[in-house]
Amino acid sequence: MKILVPVKRVIDYNVRPRVKADGSAVDLANVKMAMNPFDEIAVEEAMRLKEAGIATEVVVVSCGLPACQETLRTALALGADRAILVETDVELQPLAVAKLLKALAVQEAPQLVILGKQAIDDDSSQTGQMLAALMGWPQAVFASKVTVVDGKAKVAREVDGGTETLEVSLPAVVTTDLRLNEPRYATLPNIMKAKKKPLVTVKPADLGVDVAPRLATLKVAEPAKRKAGAMVADVAALVDKLKNEAKVI
Amino acid sequence: MAILLIAEHDNARLKAATLNTLTAAAKIGGDIHVLVAGSGCGPAADAAARLAGVAKVLVADAAHYGDQLAENLAALVVATAQAGGYSHVLAAASSQGKNFMPRVAALLDVAQVSDIVAVESADTFVRPIYAGNILATVKSADAVKVITVRPTGFDAAGEGGSAPVEALAAGPDLGISKVVSRELTVSARPELGAAKVVVSGGRGLGSGENYHKLLEPLADKLGAALGASRAAVDAGFVPNDYQVGQTGKIVAPQLYIAVGISGAIQHLAGMKESKVIVAINKDPEAPIFQVADYGLVADLFTAIPELTAAL
Ligand SMILES: Cc1cc2nc3c(=O)[nH]c(=O)nc-3n(C[C@H](O)[C@H](O)[C@H](O)COP(=O)(O)OP(=O)(O)OC[C@H]3O[C@@H](n4cnc5c(N)ncnc54)[C@H](O)[C@@H]3O)c2cc1C
Ligand SMILES: Nc1ncnc2c1ncn2[C@@H]1O[C@H](COP(=O)(O)O)[C@@H](O)[C@H]1O
Repeated sequence: MKILVPVKRVIDYNVRPRVKADGSAVDLANVKMAMNPFDEIAVEEAMRLKEAGIATEVVVVSCGLPACQETLRTALALGADRAILVETDVELQPLAVAKLLKALAVQEAPQLVILGKQAIDDDSSQTGQMLAALMGWPQAVFASKVTVVDGKAKVAREVDGGTETLEVSLPAVVTTDLRLNEPRYATLPNIMKAKKKPLVTVKPADLGVDVAPRLATLKVAEPAKRKAGAMVADVAALVDKLKNEAKVI
Repeated sequence: MAILLIAEHDNARLKAATLNTLTAAAKIGGDIHVLVAGSGCGPAADAAARLAGVAKVLVADAAHYGDQLAENLAALVVATAQAGGYSHVLAAASSQGKNFMPRVAALLDVAQVSDIVAVESADTFVRPIYAGNILATVKSADAVKVITVRPTGFDAAGEGGSAPVEALAAGPDLGISKVVSRELTVSARPELGAAKVVVSGGRGLGSGENYHKLLEPLADKLGAALGASRAAVDAGFVPNDYQVGQTGKIVAPQLYIAVGISGAIQHLAGMKESKVIVAINKDPEAPIFQVADYGLVADLFTAIPELTAAL
């Protein structure tokens, strides 16, 4: 079976984002970018299913600016077979990405689409669920374990109260949580090999998808900073502060 | 303008997050109808009817809503939203709301506004992005606004209502997914998301054994819920549902005590709205001290037993 893995290019998780002076957007000029960490986990899971002989091909997709090619090359270096770039300079929101992925899923007919649970820039946590809805497929989101047997996927998922295991028929959408696996690193020979793997570029119009945003960002701002508090000398001083100053115990 | 609020419950009782979501709905304005879908969920529906500000409760009681499967739930919500001509559909940004609500939005062909912390007007909302380092004010151009609400952004609504309860015909059972098992954490402690005091432990605890030995007596004394950093969960000290942070639970208790936690931005994202933050860490440079109201540089293995004894 074929697995489709959408990967998003986002700000590196170690970088503290800054707001543009006019408060219109987050300033991404000269900021270190990387593959969304949850998508690294998705690529890793797809590779493990391929190495286990369950998947036959892993196709990665990224939607956005031409620079998303770098993210796709990273995924190819991690072992993916080929890549598709849906190129546009329009600001993409989850519904638009889900529609682009739907068009590709119809073309590629994967049995499994594995996405990240959330993109760490917009923190939306929507795209996988939306894709599943548009395809009429089942979904198993926030996965911490995935097994595929007899045309079905068994997925343990992290929920508020603990863990829940679902069985879904295939094709299905899975989104990854942090503890699904630990992604591998790309080796230098694999990075070299990835340069020769196929990467095709399409435009949203080629897929017949209207990607116009539905939400307008009126402004962005940094939240009020917490003022740094006081250091206390010992446990007795701490207890005194909590009782008599903060009055929380 | 009428708002459809999807209740979160365990059939017998409403989850606390539903009360916060109701307050967000009231800020938007308009009649509020609460949908309770479940199996044997009459008591939860009655509880919803008693909430102040609820105009009507709709109950869909059927076996195939017992597990709250996203596919079945979304189909029901979409049909109900369309039939009732609702302008807004709201649910808590809990693991359940995050599961089915984007499905609802996609089927209605509208955007979802995730995780709002403030309502500016009926179409404009504030939501944290980039792990809460940025607040975005967004305006929706869609006819129906599908919104998930961050519980810590809104106070809990109170009781005092007596809304009529109306039965709703169940939607289809799509039969494409099923729950095969559940491993839920059993605890006599308050729910992490709703607790007044939270004691959280990080990698500094060193082991699950230390975590329990040191933090449980402290939490007992304070009537606190227990939380953890990702590192503590990844290392297997505690189950995943203890994780506080950008990709875990968001908490805002009166008192948050961080023990052996460095204070990575992903962790701060989940707790920096707490009223009073205490950090106990042996490293004076740990970033957690930048958000702590009271910082104690100490070895947790001596400080925690001492603190527990002093309370
Ligand atoms: C995509 C993504 C999502 C993430 N989501 C989350 C999330 O939701 N929640 C989260 O918490 N993290 C999250 N993280 C991880 C985060 O970046 C940090 O790695 C994590 O929070 C670190 O946990 P920690 O503070 O327990 O461990 P460490 O950073 O290792 O800190 C341990 C601390 O313990 C102190 N210590 C050690 N021994 C003692 C002692 N004897 N006495 C006192 N202090 C001691 C040390 O000084 C140190 O400060 C995420 C990361 C990524 C990439
Ligand atoms: N522009 C994009 N290109 C490729 N994949 C994306 C894009 N946006 C979102 N995704 C996928 O959807 C997941 C969830 O994103 P989000 O719904 O934005 O939080 C990500 O982890 C990716 O797997």
